[in-house]
Amino acid sequence: MRDLSRRQFLAGTTAAAAAATVRAPFAHAQKRGGTMRFIPHADLKVLDPIWTTAYITRNHSYMIYDTLFGTDDKLQIKPQMVDKWGSTDRGMKWSFTLRDGLKWHDGPPVVAEDAVESIKRWTKRDPLGKLLAAHTAKITPVDKKTFALELAQPFGPVLDALGKPSSNVPFIMPARIAATPDTEQIKEFVGSGPFRFVKDEWQPGNQVVYVRNAEYVPRGDTPSGSTGGKKVNLDKVIWRYIPDAATAAAALDAGEIDWWENPPLDFVPRIEKNAALATFVTDPRGTQGWVRPNHLQPPFNNKKARQALLYMVDQPAYLQAAIGQPKFYKTCPALFTCGGPWESAAGAPPKQDLARARQLLKESGYDGRPVVVLDPTDIALTHGAALVTRELMTQIGFNVDLQSMDWSTVVARRAKKDPPAQGGWNLLFTWWIASDVINPAVHAGISGAGASAWFGWPENGEIEKLKTDWVRATDRGRQKQIAEEIQKIAYDEVMYVPFGQWVLPTAFRKNVQGILQFPAPVFWNVSIA
Amino acid sequence: MLAEVLRRLMATIPVMVVVAIAVFALLHVTPGDPAVIIAGDYATADDIARIRAKLGLDRPFLTQVGIWLSQVVRGDLGTSIFSGLPVSTLIKQRAEATVSLTILAMLISVGVGVPLGIVAAWKKGSWIDRLVMVVAVSGFSMPVFWLGFVLVYVFAISFAWLPVQGYQPLAAGLWPFLRHLILPAVTLSVIYMALVARMTRASMLGVLGEDYIRTAFAKGLPPGRVLVRHALKNASLPVVTIIGIGFALLIGGAVVTESVFALPGLGRLTVDAIVRRDYPVIQGVLLIVSGVYVLINLVIDMLYVVLDPRIRY
Amino acid sequence: MAIASRDLALDVATPRADRLARAGRALRRHPTLMAGAVALVVIVIAAVSAPLWWTGDPLQMRPIQRLRPPSAEAWFGTDHFGRDIYTRTIYGARISLTVGAAVSAISLVFGTTLGLVIGFYRRLDTVMMRVMDGVMAIPAILLALALMALMRASVRNVIIALVIPEIPRVTRVVRASVLSLREHLMVEGARALGVGTPRILVRYILPALVAPLLVQGTYICASAILVEAYLSFLGAGTPPVVPSWGNIMAEGRAYVQLAFWIILFPGIFLAATVLAINLVGDGLRDALDVR
Repeated sequence: MRDLSRRQFLAGTTAAAAAATVRAPFAHAQKRGGTMRFIPHADLKVLDPIWTTAYITRNHSYMIYDTLFGTDDKLQIKPQMVDKWGSTDRGMKWSFTLRDGLKWHDGPPVVAEDAVESIKRWTKRDPLGKLLAAHTAKITPVDKKTFALELAQPFGPVLDALGKPSSNVPFIMPARIAATPDTEQIKEFVGSGPFRFVKDEWQPGNQVVYVRNAEYVPRGDTPSGSTGGKKVNLDKVIWRYIPDAATAAAALDAGEIDWWENPPLDFVPRIEKNAALATFVTDPRGTQGWVRPNHLQPPFNNKKARQALLYMVDQPAYLQAAIGQPKFYKTCPALFTCGGPWESAAGAPPKQDLARARQLLKESGYDGRPVVVLDPTDIALTHGAALVTRELMTQIGFNVDLQSMDWSTVVARRAKKDPPAQGGWNLLFTWWIASDVINPAVHAGISGAGASAWFGWPENGEIEKLKTDWVRATDRGRQKQIAEEIQKIAYDEVMYVPFGQWVLPTAFRKNVQGILQFPAPVFWNVSIA
Repeated sequence: MLAEVLRRLMATIPVMVVVAIAVFALLHVTPGDPAVIIAGDYATADDIARIRAKLGLDRPFLTQVGIWLSQVVRGDLGTSIFSGLPVSTLIKQRAEATVSLTILAMLISVGVGVPLGIVAAWKKGSWIDRLVMVVAVSGFSMPVFWLGFVLVYVFAISFAWLPVQGYQPLAAGLWPFLRHLILPAVTLSVIYMALVARMTRASMLGVLGEDYIRTAFAKGLPPGRVLVRHALKNASLPVVTIIGIGFALLIGGAVVTESVFALPGLGRLTVDAIVRRDYPVIQGVLLIVSGVYVLINLVIDMLYVVLDPRIRY
Repeated sequence: MAIASRDLALDVATPRADRLARAGRALRRHPTLMAGAVALVVIVIAAVSAPLWWTGDPLQMRPIQRLRPPSAEAWFGTDHFGRDIYTRTIYGARISLTVGAAVSAISLVFGTTLGLVIGFYRRLDTVMMRVMDGVMAIPAILLALALMALMRASVRNVIIALVIPEIPRVTRVVRASVLSLREHLMVEGARALGVGTPRILVRYILPALVAPLLVQGTYICASAILVEAYLSFLGAGTPPVVPSWGNIMAEGRAYVQLAFWIILFPGIFLAATVLAINLVGDGLRDALDVR
């Protein structure tokens, strides 16, 4: 069994914890039963986790689907639906056997064909999945519980792909549902996970309801992240979407809500003072903020103009405006996150240098045209970043057109490659959790694939080649070298400018126990006393 | 009478058609595009084009109008672009909260506003009159959400007598239902109350000057009886009118109130749909709400006949 | 005849003191009108001359001083970006008042024109009134919201979005007046003399509309200021870079427990301004004896 690649890939564990953590609420005597009322960070609109990378859809999917492998709180990949697995022929042939007791919510048992079809659908959309598919010769079911994967070329991160914790996650669905083309959304929501989705009680914009799947057979081991036994203690989980933070805070205070996923950081000091409430950082690896320019349209199609941005961004100012509470953020030059296994400062500007930024802007031949900056005002962190950006850009000589809108409009608009005057954009802001940017294979922002890269569409052939080298490299030292090369290029091209790293605590009433450390909120192991 | 009712019902149809087309036109003359949002984060231009075709968004405007109207006539309000649920289902899910809130708010406004107006009219020119009117106008001038937050802070947080947010359907019991609606209904009723009070006062003043009222007082009838049985009945016409007109105000206020108190109502549904450009939902809700408004006005017109026998059609 | 000329003579000869005394009597008779008018004038002056009132820069962010309660340095406290609430509130008056006045003026102009035309040309009447009824059947705030969703957030677009629902109401009022005034002897006489329709509209009908339109205008102004606040609260109003009272409160809504001053002060100013305008409207209505 070859676990070399796995370890290389996700090595570095205890060092992975960033910033402030509060004592984890371990479940001791777990009470069974009860209804959990939870406030999610967004409204659940789309129910297809392959179709969209939205974190809310991913969280929903963790409720009702299961995965072949999972990621534990030390970033190790461990089996979940898989019982035995192995590779032969120097890692070119893999075989996986499902464990017993897996059943779909509508009755039939889970078979290998379901897994194969689900993986195939996933590989059509997800960047890591696409890489896997490009290296795969074929993937087929062998018998009812076993399927085989044959590689065409060496590919190290096979298990890491199958156990990928965050968007897009290769959730396993019935073969007939997984056969839906990846360009359409699935219409049925049958999974094999620890909860069932009560579709009739789903009120978009208001609530989502889940009930315990009594037929679910959890593994025997201790739960950690998305690995281990998913023992459910709750009877029912209600996600109540309350967009107004003040109302949500008051509801938590009053006991009308048990668990609030993402309280704005300004509320955290007050929550910590309340004896009935507690906070916990579920993802200590953190989140990274991006300032992303559009490489297709002037002025940022010019490298010097982009580099002006690089020297203009002052992480402390951004973090103060976007996040606000110093306890929860830190500056970080590493594109693969600080605290992650590929952390490095290679290629990053040492500090803010406005004079140099002004110089670069002049050298780029900027003609004074308005620069369209998208400002989603409904998300505090991007709104703060947008306001700081406007000030700084104006200082170095840009003519800024700050356009306010809500996040859904940003999502619609960022896809447009047209010139800004015809509905496109020049600069936008976003954020990704560490798991999504932790290495060159998953990081969507350092893709140099041009028109088919993530929004912003940077073009750089060398970085694409280096990514493939990285995936194929077997030596840890060599991988580190390549990762640093990649980061240098990404900075030189200014694929994006990171504006800092932060962690977000979750808040809950003290009678809630068993919350696990994982980038997504998961509801097994949790109980209400 | 029946003929009159029918005639008026028929007259509302062209109005509703205009509303329907206006709503449709409004949404389709738009820079925003739901297809892009639906297409997801990795979509190519082809994917987006395919989705637009599937939603029928690429057909000529008039064709789309025609298709939609023919569906509406058959009772099919379409399917939400985002959730995939039928619009009529979404409306049914959310209607109870909004209807309950609006009716409760109206009851409070009328229940408090009419007596206030009567008192102000009776004691015209006195400090009571001035006070009532200033309080009424103030209620009318405050932003609804501001008042809502103040009430939440005082009653739900500081005193913890009432819940902060949420909605309990009637099926869950009368008291939980009322408990969750008291603060939102009071918040919403304040604007309406002011209107009702002012109109009642104005109308009563007109009536109180009449000879037959003075006769009634001279005859020694108790003031309460005079005010309510004689004056009010004759003054009620404009008040009823205001109730009809005020409904539109209430619905507008409900949109904001639902947002403050996290009530799962039509207001929030519409706001969400507008922001996401979920055309079928926006069209469906605006159509239904306008339809209700038109119907209410029709009912009020009919009420005129009952209240004032002099009015004959 | 003799009486008339004597009155005439009296009018010309009235000394200034007498006119002042008459104004004073009007004041005492309509205290609420005066109170409202005075308050409004103060607010308008403050808005226009905002930099003179010890204000700073309404857009300046000082994240280090975020969420500070009212103090000697920041009279109304600071918001989550460290911006001074007092300054933003005073500057916010500009935006809110501008929106109110613009919506009022524009909807009066368009509504009156439409009402005059429809009232006079019967052929257009049925069709146009059905359209007006249709637009009025859609609750104003939802219509404004839908319109804002089509357009980019800007003060100009907010004004447009607020004007459109108001026009039908003004049209209705004007049309009703025109219909009743048409039959007036004066008008019939003028027509018999061959006076053209536009002249009739302007010389005979329009003057009679001034009083009710003035009153209507103040109510529209008050309503527009409030609805702008609602739109901003729902996230579809003036762009956040532009401080309007509605905007400031919308951004502060998350902090109602932590920093209630962000919502409190703009809310007080908003309520006070709208109240003042409503009182002026009421007062005008009583004074001008409009039904």
